[in-house]
Amino acid sequence: MSEDEQKKSVAFGETTNIENGEKVETNEGNTAEQHSVAENGDAEAPATFDPSAMKKKKKPKKEKETENGEEAPKENGEGAEGFDPKLLKKKKPKKPKTEDGEAAAEGGEEFDPSKLVKKPKKSSKKKPAADDDEFQKRLEELGLEDKKDEPAAPQTQEEIEAELQQGTGVWAQDNATPFKYSQLLKRFYINLYEDHPELSGDGRLKNYKIPPPQVAREGNKKSIFANLPEIAKKMKRNPDHIIQFIFAELGTNGSVDGAGRLVIKGRFQQKQLESVLRRYIVEYLTCGTCKSPNTTLMKENRLFFVNCNICGSRKSVSAIKTGFQAALGKRKKQQA
Amino acid sequence: MSLDNLKSFDPFAETDGGDDKKDYIHIRIQQRNGRKTLTTIQGLPKEIDPKRVLKFAKKEFATNGSIVNDTDLGEVIQLQGDQRQKISELMVAEMGIKKSNIKIHGF
Repeated sequence: MSEDEQKKSVAFGETTNIENGEKVETNEGNTAEQHSVAENGDAEAPATFDPSAMKKKKKPKKEKETENGEEAPKENGEGAEGFDPKLLKKKKPKKPKTEDGEAAAEGGEEFDPSKLVKKPKKSSKKKPAADDDEFQKRLEELGLEDKKDEPAAPQTQEEIEAELQQGTGVWAQDNATPFKYSQLLKRFYINLYEDHPELSGDGRLKNYKIPPPQVAREGNKKSIFANLPEIAKKMKRNPDHIIQFIFAELGTNGSVDGAGRLVIKGRFQQKQLESVLRRYIVEYLTCGTCKSPNTTLMKENRLFFVNCNICGSRKSVSAIKTGFQAALGKRKKQQA
Repeated sequence: MSLDNLKSFDPFAETDGGDDKKDYIHIRIQQRNGRKTLTTIQGLPKEIDPKRVLKFAKKEFATNGSIVNDTDLGEVIQLQGDQRQKISELMVAEMGIKKSNIKIHGF
């Protein structure tokens, strides 16, 4: 027996054990399964069981559920995985945690797939966002008032950074006071982050931003994805590949019009396409090792590989499969 | 001599994602006319009887559905409306399917 099959059967074995323990106290299915296992002996993997036993087993389980009403399944859900089904229901499928909520909140702003990993901090001395406006104001004031009028010994980090940027304070040309090591170190990191974000430690997870998809409605039944070429260029992917993915995910089809815009059959909102793109990025863009989006997609012997341009790792990705497509529309057409 | 516990983990095995060895259960959504949608569940393990699942789902989600016999993909469950989240929860909670084996498609 191949290793593959063994693994599978073991996995199923576990699940049945759980079921036996939690839900079904004493029923025929349970014992029947054990019998079959014993009979099978060495010939098959120990944990395989025949479907007939399973079918028997399922019935009492469901009866139990219906008896208990709605509470039983919910309890089970919490017990097994430790999640609360009520909470999950509100959220969107797949990676439900932060991204969809944020996407909704952000609306037209640029969306940022790296959020689902972890927002990288702009080195350690990044100022809190709330202070940003104040800081800007202060900057303006400083600039407007008088540059030569040196503020006495800056205390806050913002001021230090401001001085660095403007070349005032300690950094002024005619200032003769010796630099402190900490100041120089700070300067180094600030400059490094500005010029080579990927080099400065956590900067490898820098915000990866692509323009949000522009979606418009054409007529009643079609949606237009206007800036697909732009996004494809930014992601360094072949637009056709992205289109293929979008169509497979949405279970629809469409075409590309003269201006390179993608016309999708069906009504889709920006939010929805955004989540599809996010999934594309996770699956076909980010490097599996370093999470960098700087990768190239290659095709070798009918297999797709993602090569990372940063760390050089290489992973195979599955080809896009459309899967099952339910037949929609008029019956007449199907028959013809 | 057998060192069974050494075989349990293969460090050189392909990491999650790229391999197709895993039999995913695909839950998809398709748009119909208007705001109507259709949820399809493809790739249920053989041990699970789709009829029974359908019957339960229909009752639980108060929706209609059917089983379609596809030539390549076997039996596919169709449910009216967007039942993706509900059915995946049901499968995780009741059928002992791991969440990582379920793939939810669509928007």
